[in-house]
Amino acid sequence: MAALFPRVFDIAPASARRLRTVVALLFLASAPARAAEPAELKIGVLRQPQPRETISILETPAEDETLAGAELGADDNNTTGVFSNQKFTPIDAVAQPEDDIVQTVARLADRGVRLVIADLPADRLLAAADAGKARGMVFINSAAPDDSLREQNCRANVFHAAPTRSMLTDALAQYLVWKQWRRWLLIKGSHPRDDALAAAYRASAKKFGAKIVEERTFADAGGGRRSDTGVAQVQRQMPGLTQNAPAYDVLVTADESDVFAAYLPYRTWDPRPVAGSAGLRPLSWSPAHEQWGATQLQNRFYRLFKRPLRARDAQAWMAMRMIGEAATRTQSVDPKKISDYLAAPEFEIAAFKGQKLTIRSWNLQLRQPILLSDGRTIVSVSPQEGFLHQTSTLDTLGFDKPETKCKLR
Amino acid sequence: MQVALIRALCVAALLPLLGGQAFAVSAYVTNEKGNSITILDVDRMEAIKTFPVGKRPRGIALSPDGARLYVCTSDDDVIQVYDTASLALLGRIATSDPEQIVLSPDGARIYVANEDDNLISIFDAQTRKSIAEVPVGVEPEGVAVSPDGKTIVATSETTNMAHFIDAAARKIVGNVLVGARPRFAQFKPDGSELWVSSEVGGAVAVIDPVQKKLIAKVGFEIPGLTKEQAQPVGIRMTADGKTAFIALGPANRVAVVDTATKKVERYLLVGQRVWQLALTPGDKYLLAVNGLTNDVSIIDVTARKVLKSVQVGALPWGVAVAPK
Repeated sequence: MAALFPRVFDIAPASARRLRTVVALLFLASAPARAAEPAELKIGVLRQPQPRETISILETPAEDETLAGAELGADDNNTTGVFSNQKFTPIDAVAQPEDDIVQTVARLADRGVRLVIADLPADRLLAAADAGKARGMVFINSAAPDDSLREQNCRANVFHAAPTRSMLTDALAQYLVWKQWRRWLLIKGSHPRDDALAAAYRASAKKFGAKIVEERTFADAGGGRRSDTGVAQVQRQMPGLTQNAPAYDVLVTADESDVFAAYLPYRTWDPRPVAGSAGLRPLSWSPAHEQWGATQLQNRFYRLFKRPLRARDAQAWMAMRMIGEAATRTQSVDPKKISDYLAAPEFEIAAFKGQKLTIRSWNLQLRQPILLSDGRTIVSVSPQEGFLHQTSTLDTLGFDKPETKCKLR
Repeated sequence: MQVALIRALCVAALLPLLGGQAFAVSAYVTNEKGNSITILDVDRMEAIKTFPVGKRPRGIALSPDGARLYVCTSDDDVIQVYDTASLALLGRIATSDPEQIVLSPDGARIYVANEDDNLISIFDAQTRKSIAEVPVGVEPEGVAVSPDGKTIVATSETTNMAHFIDAAARKIVGNVLVGARPRFAQFKPDGSELWVSSEVGGAVAVIDPVQKKLIAKVGFEIPGLTKEQAQPVGIRMTADGKTAFIALGPANRVAVVDTATKKVERYLLVGQRVWQLALTPGDKYLLAVNGLTNDVSIIDVTARKVLKSVQVGALPWGVAVAPK
């Protein structure tokens, strides 16, 4: 496969295995469904590979992260497509950090792709969206959590399947407040995205009545995260990092860069629970999630890819399902009709989260419950009971309409 | 009214003398987490026995004569077959992740939704052998059979369709798009309408099974609750076809719907997360299974009143009522 589609194009069709499934299903389909050639929709999967260095070896990103989720979504769409006579083909497009994103987008457009699932950092997503605008391309952000993409830098041709930092931090804050753990010690990393996450925690604390008793920074001194004897050193470092803190209930960590937070549970000076980037984490999806039929999705993913379904893949699955749902409802594979339907008030989708997910019309963000997981189980799901809202309790998570800085264009 | 009450009391007083068991109406409730079935004596409104079955029992059905009990033990990938008189396990039918199960009106065929494999499996009830597998949409859950036995309907939760299957040809003959996450399908007793509940969509679609077209929608507005909380699942209709009961999941209510106007006449408060329902013979009682409160609400159909809740096992899911 790799030889047929050389690296220089960075674009390859979805694996043959998935196509075989589709063909098999088409073969099995009843006579009325087989009457005509299915209408095909190509969906770009534009992704920048994640750094492979994580604190936990268990969280090393897979080579096909995001693509695998999109492929499962296309599989699901294609099973439905047997009955609606539609076919969904993911087109993988890897953009390395050094690649010119504008050119990658142009190549996708040349192949007839108008709908793109994007797993890119915020600045590159904006560059891609602006480059694709002239060619009528619409993007679904499946990874970037930046609130700015939904606020001052929002775009009329960018939907967001991934939750924002503010949605994630609000989800955790609601639970901590419900637990009456209102005094937080906040420790953040030293990278810009850690600052952004810490700012989101500050805003969440204020919004829900928690108090950050002190804020500390863990400076990333660089170097590798994996070593044979690192644990002994970490055991001596972490108590020091958390020593002499004012009285607090819970240690909240803002470490999106994955440099230190995972070292904190069981190593704090005072015996306190850890939450945020380690311990109890707010996530759009977890391999531990099994409520509301989620087991079926977990099983389908595992069967195809032999690994657990994590948030990044689940968000790409979600983006692909959004496209499929719009295509089924509009009975069309016209990208314009599909994106119009996604932005319309009728759009709603089930995603194993216990309630329908809809789009915030003012910034094209997908509303969604957030899971709180300790890594092995789902501890709770936010929004928490008692946090009320006049239109949707899901809008208690993240920036709400009256606060928005987004002007869609 | 007074006379009816006195008569009911007299009958109740006589029951023990008549030797109970033979006259009692039994209901079988699967306990998803308890890995067991609880048997209720509906007339005495008591749980009389709980016995262990396979792992994660969900869908449950009785043969038309009440002699055989079929239980989907989902995590065992098996349908267990029990003798209702002795509760002896008669056999197992291997089938992947079975969830809901129905029998053809003559009891000869078993129809099962295999949620993980996007299939409807058809078995011969006598030989317990597979007859056919029909591919449907993603995550089939609801299965229903038309009163004449000629049409099987499967609802697929992620494809969001009601698939019409010709029972003789074992082929799909039509698909109707419905609201998000359709979980249950129920024909009107005269076969003139098919009702499909969409749990996440929050409405029930009424479909003309001949034209295979949506003809009406039943919506829910419950004072004091958000619209997201009304998540319809189980549907049952009285034999005269005039009244439908719809379980509303986390709204903790059963809606009473006039099938002519498609309007909700009343909401009956039951236990938490009510999913499946069953009517007792003569439409005397409606049983509503409340998953999170581990109980079954017994509802007087005529009075439209919740009479009692009976504790069963852990996380009760499905219910089947013996014909008599």
